[in-house]
Amino acid sequence: MRRTTVILLRNPLSMLGVVLVAAVVISAALADYIAPFPEHRGAVVDFVHFNQGPTARNVMGTDLVGRDLFSRILYAFRISLLLGVVVLAIATPIGTFVGLLAGYLGGRAEFALMRLTDVFLSIPPLVLAIAMMGVLEPTLLNAMLAVTAMWWPWYARLVYNITRSEREEGYVLAAEVIGASTLHVTFREILPNCLPAIITKMTLDMGFVIIIASSLSFLGLGVQPPTPDLGSMVAEGARYLPDSWWLTVFPGLAILVAVFGFNLIGDALREILGADQ
Amino acid sequence: MPAVLRLLARRLGISLIVLAGVSMLIFGIARVIPGDPARIALGPNATGEQVAGLRQALHLDDPVAVQYGHFVADLLRGDLGVSLYTNRPVTLDIAQFLPATLELVLFAGVLMVGIGLPLGMWSASQRGRWPDHLIRVVSLLGVSAPSFVWAVMLMLMFAFFLPVFPIAGRITDSFEITRVTGFLLIDTLLAGNGAAFVDALRHIFLPAFALAVSGIGQAARLTRANMVETYDRPYIEMARAYGFPAGRIAAKYAFKPSLIPSLTIIGLDFAAMLGNAFLVEAVFAWPGLSRYGVAVILRKDLNAIIGTVLIISATFLIVNLIVDLLIAFLNPRIRHSERGAR
Repeated sequence: MRRTTVILLRNPLSMLGVVLVAAVVISAALADYIAPFPEHRGAVVDFVHFNQGPTARNVMGTDLVGRDLFSRILYAFRISLLLGVVVLAIATPIGTFVGLLAGYLGGRAEFALMRLTDVFLSIPPLVLAIAMMGVLEPTLLNAMLAVTAMWWPWYARLVYNITRSEREEGYVLAAEVIGASTLHVTFREILPNCLPAIITKMTLDMGFVIIIASSLSFLGLGVQPPTPDLGSMVAEGARYLPDSWWLTVFPGLAILVAVFGFNLIGDALREILGADQ
Repeated sequence: MPAVLRLLARRLGISLIVLAGVSMLIFGIARVIPGDPARIALGPNATGEQVAGLRQALHLDDPVAVQYGHFVADLLRGDLGVSLYTNRPVTLDIAQFLPATLELVLFAGVLMVGIGLPLGMWSASQRGRWPDHLIRVVSLLGVSAPSFVWAVMLMLMFAFFLPVFPIAGRITDSFEITRVTGFLLIDTLLAGNGAAFVDALRHIFLPAFALAVSGIGQAARLTRANMVETYDRPYIEMARAYGFPAGRIAAKYAFKPSLIPSLTIIGLDFAAMLGNAFLVEAVFAWPGLSRYGVAVILRKDLNAIIGTVLIISATFLIVNLIVDLLIAFLNPRIRHSERGAR
C-alpha cells in the first residue's frame, strides 16, 4: 500500500490525477465554505445579474436566472461523487458475488448466471438505464438504481474470469482437500486474489459512472432542478449556444476534469497492481 | 472452414438465447410502469367501457406470462404492436428512424477504427518518446468526457466559431433525394447527386466525430497497450535483427496479433455508441431512432419502448457476432482448429 502510494506520487501524470481528484473531492466537501454564493445551489432568482459572461464577481458567469455558475458547479460535484460512490458500493458486491459463484461452481450455475449477465451486457449501457428511468420517476435514488442495474454485470464478468483461472491453482485444491466449505474457498481464498483487479476497475469506473449519470440528467432523466447537476446544466445551456457559451463550456469542463483525474489514477493503479483485464 | 461454421452456429444460438432474455427483461421493465397504459393512451375523457375495451384488445387483463406469450407470438410475425402515441405500427416508426441512427453510428465506427488504430500503432512504435506521451494523454482525455460534452464543444468550435460544418440536421432541405436505403450517404450516390452527397457528408461529420471521440481514445489506448506487449516478444527482436524496416515490423508482425483483443473492445465500444447516439442526436437535432426513443420513453409508450430497446439490442448482438467471426477468421488457432473455439 505504501509502495503504491509512493509510485503514484512519483509519476507526474498520476500525480496530476491525484491533484485533480483531491481538488474535486475537497471542493465538493467544502462547497459551503468555498462557493462565493452558497445559496445559489437551490431555486434562487437574481434578475440583476442574469445570463452574464465571466466577470470578477462571477468567475464562470451566471445562469439564466442569475445564479453563480461556479458555486453551482461545486455543489454539482457533490451529486456526481455521491452517485459514483453509491453505485459502485452496490454494484461491486453484487457482481463479485455472482462472478465468484459462477466461476467456482461451474456447471448449470455457471451457465445460468453468466447468461443472465450476458443479457444485461447486451443491452447497450446507456439504453438500459434510459429505459429504466423512463419507467421510474426521475429522482437521484432511481438514477442510482438504474446505473447500478447496468453496472454489476461488468464486475461479474471480471471476477468470473479471474475465478476460473484461480480455481485451477494449487492453493484452492489444498483448501478443498482439508475440507473447506464453498463459502470459505470462494471468499477467503479466491476473493483476495481478485481484489487488485476489482480495486483498479472501481477507480476507473468512478469516472465512467459520473459520465453515465451526467448523460442521464442531460436527457432530463436524472436529478431534477433546482438541484445542480453537471449534465442538466449542459443540456440547459446547449439551447443558448453560441451566445451564452459559458453555460455549457464550464460544466462540460468540470465533468472532463473530474473524470480525467479518476482515469489518470486508475491507469497508474492498473500498471502498478499489474491487473491488466 | 467447418470450425468457423461451427463457431458461427454456436454463437448464433447463444445470441438467440440472450435476445430472448433481453425481450423478457425489457418486457418486465415495461410492465411495472405505474398507471394504466390504456387510460394513458385514450386520455382522460374516455369512458370506462372504452378503457376496458382497449385493455382487452391489448391483453392487459391477462397474467404477465400470458401477455408475454402474446407478445412473442406477435413478434415472430414481425408485429411489434401499435405505438400508443403515433398510432402507427411500431415497426413502421422504427423503419423510418433506424437508418439515420445506423448511418451515424456506422460512420462513427469507421472514424473510430480509421483514426484510433493508426494512432495506437504510431504511439507504440514511438514508445517513450514525445509522440507516445502526447497520444496517451490525448486519448485518455478523449475517454474522459461524455459524448454530449464533445458534441457541444465541437459544435461551438466548428459550427459557430469557425463555421466549417452545418449546425443541425442530416441534409440541406433543398435537396430532394428518393429514399432507397435510408442511408443518405448511399442514397445520394445512387441518385448520382454529387453536391447532395458532399452536403450529407458535411452534416454527418461533426455528430459522428463527437460520437467517436471516446471510442477513438479507447481504440488507441488498447492498440498501444497490446502492441507494446507484442514488441517485447522474441520474434520481433528477430525481425529487427534481420534488419526488416520498422514500418513492416509494426504493420505485419506487431500489429496483427494485437488486433484481436482490440477488436473485442471495439465491439463493446460500438454498443456504447448505440447508447451515446441518444446524447449526440439530441445536440445535433439528428432525426434518428434515439430521439424517437427518448420521446416515447417520456410519453410512457410501452410498445414503442419495447420495440426500440429490442431493435437496438439486436443490432448490438449482430455487430458482436460479426466481430466474433472476424476474430475467428484472424486467429489461426481458431481458424485451423478441429474443435472450434473454446
